[in-house]
Amino acid sequence: MLDKVWLVLLFPLLGFLLNGLFGWKFKRGLINLIACGSVGLSFLVSLGVFLDLLKLAPEARHFEKVLFPWVVSGSFKTAFSFLVDPLSALMILVVSGVAFLIHIYSTGYMHDDPGYVRYFSYLNLFTFSMLLLVLADNLLLMYIGWEAVGLCSYLLIGFWYEKKSAADAGKKAFIVNRIGDFGFALGIMLTFVIFGTVYFTPILERAPEVLQYGGAAATAITLLLFLGAVGKSAQIPLYVWLPDAMEGPTPVSALIHAATMVTAGIYMVARLSALFLMAPVSMLVVAIVGGVTALYAASIGLMQNDIKRVLAYSTISQLGYMFLACGVGAFGAGIFHLMTHAFFKALLFLCAGSVMHALAGELNIQKMGGLKKHMPVTYWTFLMGTLAIAGIPGFSGFFSKDEIIWKAFSSAQGHFLLWFLGAAGALMTAFYMFRLLFLTFHGKSRLTPELEKRAHESPNKMTVPLIILAVLAVIGGYVGIPHLLGGGNRIEKFLEPSFGQVSKAVETHHSGGVELLMMIISVLIALGGVYLAYTFYIKKTELPKKLAERYRSIYTLIYNKYYVDEIYNAVIVQPLKFFAIICWRFFDVIVIDGSANGLAKLVGLIGNLIRRFETGYVRNYALGFVVGVVIILGYFMLR
Amino acid sequence: MNMGESFPILTVVTFLPALGIVLLLLVDKNRQLLVRNVALFTSLVTFLVSLFLYFKFDPGTGDMQFVELYSWIPSLGMGYHMGIDGISLFLVLLTTFLTPIAIWSSYNAVTEKVKGFMISILALETGMIGVFVSLDLFLFYVFWEAMLIPMYFIIGVWGGPRRIYAAVKFILFTMTGSLLMLVAILALYFVNQSYTGVATFNLLDYQGIQIPFNYQIWMFLAFALAFAIKVPMWPLHTWLPDAHVEAPTAGSVLLAAVLLKMGAYGFLRFCFPLFPEATIHFIPLFSILAIIGIIYGAFVALVQKDVKSLVAYSSVSHLGFVMLGLFALNMQSLEGSILQMLSHGISTGALFLLVGMLYERRHTRLISDFGGISKVMPVFAAFFMIVTLSSIGLPGTNGFVGEFLILLGTFRENWLYAAFGATGIILAAVYMLWMYQRVMFGKVDKPENQKLKDLSLREKLILVPIVIVIFLIGIYPSAFTSRMEASVAKLMETVNEKYRVEEVMPQVQPRRDFQIDESQLEVSTHSFGGGEIHRGQ
Repeated sequence: MLDKVWLVLLFPLLGFLLNGLFGWKFKRGLINLIACGSVGLSFLVSLGVFLDLLKLAPEARHFEKVLFPWVVSGSFKTAFSFLVDPLSALMILVVSGVAFLIHIYSTGYMHDDPGYVRYFSYLNLFTFSMLLLVLADNLLLMYIGWEAVGLCSYLLIGFWYEKKSAADAGKKAFIVNRIGDFGFALGIMLTFVIFGTVYFTPILERAPEVLQYGGAAATAITLLLFLGAVGKSAQIPLYVWLPDAMEGPTPVSALIHAATMVTAGIYMVARLSALFLMAPVSMLVVAIVGGVTALYAASIGLMQNDIKRVLAYSTISQLGYMFLACGVGAFGAGIFHLMTHAFFKALLFLCAGSVMHALAGELNIQKMGGLKKHMPVTYWTFLMGTLAIAGIPGFSGFFSKDEIIWKAFSSAQGHFLLWFLGAAGALMTAFYMFRLLFLTFHGKSRLTPELEKRAHESPNKMTVPLIILAVLAVIGGYVGIPHLLGGGNRIEKFLEPSFGQVSKAVETHHSGGVELLMMIISVLIALGGVYLAYTFYIKKTELPKKLAERYRSIYTLIYNKYYVDEIYNAVIVQPLKFFAIICWRFFDVIVIDGSANGLAKLVGLIGNLIRRFETGYVRNYALGFVVGVVIILGYFMLR
Repeated sequence: MNMGESFPILTVVTFLPALGIVLLLLVDKNRQLLVRNVALFTSLVTFLVSLFLYFKFDPGTGDMQFVELYSWIPSLGMGYHMGIDGISLFLVLLTTFLTPIAIWSSYNAVTEKVKGFMISILALETGMIGVFVSLDLFLFYVFWEAMLIPMYFIIGVWGGPRRIYAAVKFILFTMTGSLLMLVAILALYFVNQSYTGVATFNLLDYQGIQIPFNYQIWMFLAFALAFAIKVPMWPLHTWLPDAHVEAPTAGSVLLAAVLLKMGAYGFLRFCFPLFPEATIHFIPLFSILAIIGIIYGAFVALVQKDVKSLVAYSSVSHLGFVMLGLFALNMQSLEGSILQMLSHGISTGALFLLVGMLYERRHTRLISDFGGISKVMPVFAAFFMIVTLSSIGLPGTNGFVGEFLILLGTFRENWLYAAFGATGIILAAVYMLWMYQRVMFGKVDKPENQKLKDLSLREKLILVPIVIVIFLIGIYPSAFTSRMEASVAKLMETVNEKYRVEEVMPQVQPRRDFQIDESQLEVSTHSFGGGEIHRGQ
């Protein structure tokens, strides 16, 4: 199966081409078969690849497959070629698996949309691009996948393009990502200049000898690449596109803007772990950006009333955790959280979609409440997701998030402050997620009477994926039970070959007692968040309002998302537009054309002047003649 | 030299369109469809014949191929000398590929004086091909100037409301440069004669002589001015938006796709090999002008109200990339520049075609007159999206490969230039997507837009080959770069011995001494030839 790894890509690509080119002629059933079937097949191949890889000895789990050359120029060589190792094998499994479930779900969710075929062809194209990104064995090929997922994101955010807000959001996503990609592209170039190649395997092998530890080259490469990751994975300061991306259909938010695409930045950093480890400054930057984003986005999540926006800020925050993990050298923990997050966040978004489906697109949680009785499956699965993300012991998020928070404290690159960022973020996470749960599903219904009547459980096509994801969200963490709790942390062991010597470099030296203490603290923090939410939104429902009035200014600041969009607009967008107009109206029209036309006018003017002498009177000519003669004679005589 | 080529294929390709003109003269001008078909047929045959060039081309050599050399005016040393290498090959193909498309696109657009129009286009094609295949400077100059005439008519007769202003501006700008170039050609001729005693306009003969640096500077500047206007480089670009806006679609397509390339081609074919030391001397100046062009063009494109002039300014930006790559002078940057020339020709040509299709339906090009077109013309929307993405340089399309190689090559010489140039990638997304959004997305709120017909079969058939080429270059660029490599290597060898050594031999494993630390990050700026070149005498 390893040799056939390209089939993983081929099926979704074919699906895209078939539905994209001929889908308008196809019947619904055929469209579904092509769209879901291609991703399903891709998942099966991924599974085969994964199992084959497991059969190999851990150190032999590295396989490369070359298809055909791509950009070749002098010493610069790239090809369509793929790398299968534990990291990419795990990723294709997660991507194709979650994508398959979301394709199925979408057949229900998008049922009445006139753009049905277009939707599925984009979704297939996305799956292809994401798998390409993950399987690429060189930076430039990864860059294709990287920009192609951005394109699909653009197309799907702006799927309902007649809505201005949707088209705006799509464009914003693409442009903000391009700013990140600017860094990524320069990073690739610098990598080539220094290593003479853009292939992962030689880069990672030779990084320790080619680069100087902590040198400018290592720092520059990694920071440039990280800029790309910041854009794609929506971290400060480039996170602004992700909340707006919620304009897209909800399954898209689940697949692209939560489970897979946005994690590409983490994947890239993890893929290049050996490179980042050569640059301690960059590692610190990664950790700080991640930690701060985790806390910052969570704080915004506290006060949003749009069900999808809460989840969007939560995604930003969780991605921050993953970067925090990478930044302290715990790449395995980051990828572990990436996986569990893919399960529970996809689940949460799909549940939100199910709610919207039931309520004719209503998004405001202040207008919901009491939905538990109308939609039991959605409620229970949402609860599982919430417990997982809040880090309640026994659920997947607990294992992965706790691992990160612990590593932020204990690893060689860790620090108490980094731990604090993570822990404070965890408190907020538990709070806003349970706030969301309580406001949506518990308490008295605040629905309008029409919606009250309309509210219903979603069809099987939608609930079955929910149940599967809920199961994964619960048990997904058991592959990574820490040693402390008697587990073997199998996932990190499995990923170890991909990270080389990394895990040893960040080996912790704290005793089990400290680890246990920290674990207990983080459990208490999570429970504290749940308790607070319970007090605020079930027990004393008047409390939030009182607090908001008491701390008016802070409330307004956070409620308006710290006015970051407004600040960007005033400080960056408007001045640049002004500059553009100056260039055009002033420089082009007045300076350049003005001088060109002025030159023409000048010639005309001189012509006019000279014309005066052509009077047609012989006496004038005679006078001129005499004056000329006098001057010439005078010149020669007086010389 | 290979004189005895059995079949004078370059002459045939160059003059087939002229033969078509003869045929057209025989056709009654009132039989418009026949006139159009004859023109289309001629250009298609020309394209098919030119394909032989690609397949018969020997990628292994950087020398001129398919050479034809006949004496023309022996007393003055003027010869009929043609030949192509890996640089001109693709420009010839670009010309022969796009001319039939341009002709076919004007079936409905041009309804008056059809015969004159088709004759102009075919004459233009002969002129364009002639420019790319001439190896005799005098012959080159003849084609270079002759080509202006049909273009002048195309803009001035079949153009928009301000066509006369635009046509005159076009001619004046271009002629100013051309005249200086003529002076420089004559200077070169006499310098060569004084050195070798031979009177010749043969380009290849000139490459052997060592022209003194201070002569080189002036001749370089004279040539460069002519080419820089054509490119157009900032700040000599203002003729372009006017010419584009006023020209009919077919004219815009050929102007953007081929005529602009002549400027960049001129640098490659004449300035670099003839005046290598001057070239190196002027690297900073031209690189900085190129970067200004990239950024400035993008910014001005951003605030345009007319789609055509937006595309015209985007050309200024894209050709800034080409120039940046040319003056980085290494394998990646030069190949990137040549690819970018092709890509720009394809993508921008396609953009003008698409805008023309909209114009035929709505008779306006103002962005604000559109909105929601995706809803009424979904097939058009798909093509427009693909072309927009290729213009933005999305990986997997043609636009990416060229831009990336240019920036990569530039980065190797001067990372700061590359960093500034790369901002153009962000800006391109901004102005193109914003335009696309305003034209295609949103609600159809103008009643005139509600009943627009989607693309006809003819229009689809025009666009399909372009889309194929977009992906061909994007996914399998080695089909192109492999044929350029030897010629580019030879050019670099001429300009600078040092680069040949580094590039043609496959680079060995990264060495430890290649490592860059703090101090060396700055050193990666220019290191052309070090002491062997005497600068600024």
